[in-house]
Amino acid sequence: MNTEFLLQINQLRAAIDDKEILKGLNLEVRPGEIHAIMGPNGSGKSTLANVLTGRDIATVTHGSISFEGRNLLDMSPEERAREGIFLSFQYPIEIPGVSMVNFMKTAINEQRKHRGLEPLSASEFLRQMREKKELVEIDSALTNRSVNEGFSGGEKKKNEIFQMAMLEPRLAVLDETDSGLDIDALRIVANGVNKIRRPDTSVIVITHYQRLLEYIIPDYVHVLYDGRIVRSAGPELALELEERGYDWIRKEADITAESWTTDRK
Amino acid sequence: MEKDQDKVLNEVTSGEYKYGFVTDIETEVIPKGLTEDVVRLISAKKEEPEWMLEFRLKAFRHWLTMKMPSWAHLKIPVIDFQDIIYYAAPVQKKGPDSLSDVDPELLKTFDKLGIPLEEQKHLTGVAVDAVMDSISVKTTFRETLAEMGIIFCSFSEAVREHPTLVQKYLASVVPYTDNFFATLNSAVFSDGSFCYIPKGVRCPMELSTYFRINTLNTGQFERTLLIADEESYVSYLEGCTAPMRDENQLHAAVVEIVAERGAEVKYSTVQNWYPGDKEGKGGIFNFVTKRGICKGDDSKISWTQVETGSAVTWKYPSCILRGNNSTGEFYSVAVTNNYQQADTGTKMIHIGRNTKSTIVSKGISAGFGQNSYRGLVKVLGKAAGARNFSQCDSLLLGDKCGAHTFPYIEVDNPTAIVEHEATTSRIGEDQIFYCNQRGISTEDAIGLIVNGYAREVINKLPMEFAVEAQKLLQISLEGSVG
Repeated sequence: MNTEFLLQINQLRAAIDDKEILKGLNLEVRPGEIHAIMGPNGSGKSTLANVLTGRDIATVTHGSISFEGRNLLDMSPEERAREGIFLSFQYPIEIPGVSMVNFMKTAINEQRKHRGLEPLSASEFLRQMREKKELVEIDSALTNRSVNEGFSGGEKKKNEIFQMAMLEPRLAVLDETDSGLDIDALRIVANGVNKIRRPDTSVIVITHYQRLLEYIIPDYVHVLYDGRIVRSAGPELALELEERGYDWIRKEADITAESWTTDRK
Repeated sequence: MEKDQDKVLNEVTSGEYKYGFVTDIETEVIPKGLTEDVVRLISAKKEEPEWMLEFRLKAFRHWLTMKMPSWAHLKIPVIDFQDIIYYAAPVQKKGPDSLSDVDPELLKTFDKLGIPLEEQKHLTGVAVDAVMDSISVKTTFRETLAEMGIIFCSFSEAVREHPTLVQKYLASVVPYTDNFFATLNSAVFSDGSFCYIPKGVRCPMELSTYFRINTLNTGQFERTLLIADEESYVSYLEGCTAPMRDENQLHAAVVEIVAERGAEVKYSTVQNWYPGDKEGKGGIFNFVTKRGICKGDDSKISWTQVETGSAVTWKYPSCILRGNNSTGEFYSVAVTNNYQQADTGTKMIHIGRNTKSTIVSKGISAGFGQNSYRGLVKVLGKAAGARNFSQCDSLLLGDKCGAHTFPYIEVDNPTAIVEHEATTSRIGEDQIFYCNQRGISTEDAIGLIVNGYAREVINKLPMEFAVEAQKLLQISLEGSVG
């Protein structure tokens, strides 16, 4: 096992309702790296986020994922979270009746318990809340409300980044965090991510468009197509995709896929 | 996805009942069955005066002409009223004058239930009347209260010691002819609590009655009478548990509250009777009539209930708002898990001018539970300026349970304002996953969500009990998601 990597995904195959979505995906992420995963709709981007966080919509049928050298697939979703995997949801969920303060306090203290630390004192917790709220420019009143309840689309996305700031993950997965954001909100959210990122925080940015990557500059860009990463390069690849679309990727990939299918037969 | 959700829900809703033990204590029981002789026997055992026996007999004779009501949204097996023991009492040498006279087994039982009867050990500010099966075991802090003129004792004792008060108020809110179960109770009621707060007195501590069913095949029929004289105040709490048994046990209580001019009564219940097992076997049938009258102007009665136990709950704590400017409140959280059924709600009867009522009902259904809210808001012709606000929310965990709302509104005064709001929501798998992704386990996630949902009602409970109620909610739903 290579400890150089924070995350290692090896030949991952996953299916939803017996339909194979991920078809042998490989990805290696070192501490501090930013990886962008781009690809057309239906290529398996969200399934990858689900598999990483342990949501059992998708079933892993083959391959392995190791996180800090441990088998990620053996861990429950909450254990993964406590180990430092954070997902910024594409569609953040509303939880009426549960205040943001209570929610966040429970989450933080669960994480601390997992790491053998005492619960945060009320004053220290509130201090952190204040500090992180400023960092992501979230309206103070929002944290007095129930989790995401009645938040606008932009507020929900900011709230995700706020939670990320509070939980200080080792690996943050941003699932289409740019969708539904106007340019100002996008800037705030992206800058928020940059500000809260520590040198060893790794980020996987799942996105359809290039525009978020203007703010969160990736070290690598991967193109996911038909359940596999078909091309990896530096940030310039994102620009190329923006210009040329995905069709050329599709064509190239389909040729390869065709020949693989033949191989297997 | 559906499948996973079911799995999750199944696990959280299968918590265990922790008060299911039986106390091994010598108990005096009378033979099963109900006849006029049994009614006479109960009365004799309690050494009651003639007028009390007459009241019982009138009720019994009337009961014989009645049928069990069937309008509730409940499936109840046929109850054989001849197969029930109507009187069971832990044997004690004499009346327990002091704690040293109380059987140590009994003390242990209540200790185990978290109700210490030794006053110095007790939560400061709570006086307890402990009732096991048919009789009151011990009432704490009586002397302290007596100094202020407050009477707090068992019902039987009140019949003996304060007959004028009892005769004046007994059945003045719930007449013996009221309904099948109230009538049955009037005939065979065993014990319960009696409380009188004199004019202008603010009761300095919470009064509380703790009911415990112990003996097999016994029905529990307690009766509580609470009188708040002019300008007085009292906060009262009722708790209850029972052993785990395969047989259903019947509980048919009556609670009457009288609030005179300017008086305020706060009545809180944490109902945790045995709910039956996961397959729906056993559990208490809880048929309770609770009603209060705001008799004088500017009086107020507030009911708060957290209903987590019982196989069947049939209960409608109500307020008759007779005094002008009087106020009635009903705050309720009812949980039905596994095969529990609840049909619960309230009646607010506006008679006086400018009377106000508030209803907040929160139903939580899990497993195969069925939860109904049934409420009546009635504004009579003379109740000018009457005002009601009702809010009925239902929360569903899983897809095999049910939530139902039956609101009845009858308004005969054109100046009245009556509002009704209702919502139904469910704890979704996506909400739970969202919590999981932040490191919160499924059980804790459900606890957070359910307590958040019920907070408005829990906050109405006296503080010591609010914490207990929160835990209880979580325990009641434990295992229903995983």
